[in-house]
Amino acid sequence: MGIISTVSLWIIPLIIFIILMHGTWKKVPTYECFVEGGKEGIKIAISIIPFLVGMLVSISIFRASGALDFIVNLLRPALAWIGVPAEIVPLAIIRPISGTAALGMTSDLIATFGPDSFIGRLASVLQGSTDTTLYILTVYFGAVGIKKMGDALKIGLLADIVGIVASILIVSFFFGR
Amino acid sequence: MPMINLIWVFMAGFGIVFAMFNGTMEEVNEAVFQGAQEAVTLCIGLISVLVFWLGLMNIARHSGLLDTFAKGFRPIVQRLFPEVPANHPAMGYILSNMMANMFGLGNAATPFGIKAMEELKALNGGRPSASRSMITFLVINTSSLTIIPTTVLAIRMNYDSISPAEIVLPTMIATFCSTTGGILIDRYIYYRKHRNGVK
Repeated sequence: MGIISTVSLWIIPLIIFIILMHGTWKKVPTYECFVEGGKEGIKIAISIIPFLVGMLVSISIFRASGALDFIVNLLRPALAWIGVPAEIVPLAIIRPISGTAALGMTSDLIATFGPDSFIGRLASVLQGSTDTTLYILTVYFGAVGIKKMGDALKIGLLADIVGIVASILIVSFFFGR
Repeated sequence: MPMINLIWVFMAGFGIVFAMFNGTMEEVNEAVFQGAQEAVTLCIGLISVLVFWLGLMNIARHSGLLDTFAKGFRPIVQRLFPEVPANHPAMGYILSNMMANMFGLGNAATPFGIKAMEELKALNGGRPSASRSMITFLVINTSSLTIIPTTVLAIRMNYDSISPAEIVLPTMIATFCSTTGGILIDRYIYYRKHRNGVK
């Protein structure tokens, strides 16, 4: 644990240091270069706004209306039947849709069941092992103006299912139920 | 019609119809503005990270550090992205994005990811449709590459876990499964379509 936190503490400053030193050594006009590159960042951030507003409003309506809970409850028995613990179902469904909601749910599950319970461990692994598919899709494709995204969404969601199933199997295997 | 449109309309449309029967119209009204606000706040928050990392990466690109770095990992990544020429700048950005993800530097990963997408789009002739490499790259990102899930570790410590880090190895294995699964599904769908002559 000690090593891990030291590494994560050092890594960003070290990357900055190496890039700056290497740039100076290669006689790159570092500061001007930084500013030029940074300008692009503003453009990108602004251009994503409409994509995220659209997506987050839709997700918020879906959640606030109670429709999400309704669907979760609808799916719960079916998922419980194939071995997904009922408590974890909402998190599994939310994870690809909303990052902040998933993080809130994970900490809620850990608080309720304890970090060292089966549910607590499963929530931890699930949270860490997949990412917010819909957000990444929106931001990455939105920023560069991709309108036809092909099978990206379908494949992303299928990969999430693989991740959920894998999490359940792995946590059961490592810690028992 | 692309699936994203259907999902988008479904979440809002079904939510509103559901609210009619559920008596949650008030919450829905609030959610509309909260959602919009949250999105803008998120983007504004992204500005600082994007400006900083893209600025820094611009130095790394000009000094040649990005290329040097990309060269070392080329054999592995080349296999995942056969359409990307070995010396293309997209390689460097793809690798930086993957590295940042692995080390849990989520907010550094986004700028590199966007830059990589930009380069991949240029490779695809600037067309507004996703190329095979773009889909592969996206799937690698959505299935997560985290080696050390720092946020989860922090939450576990917060709730007095006896062993907060015990989930690191299981998370790594689960991440490996979802990423490998994603890549395999990506390949499978691509080759199936290719065989049927649909491109």
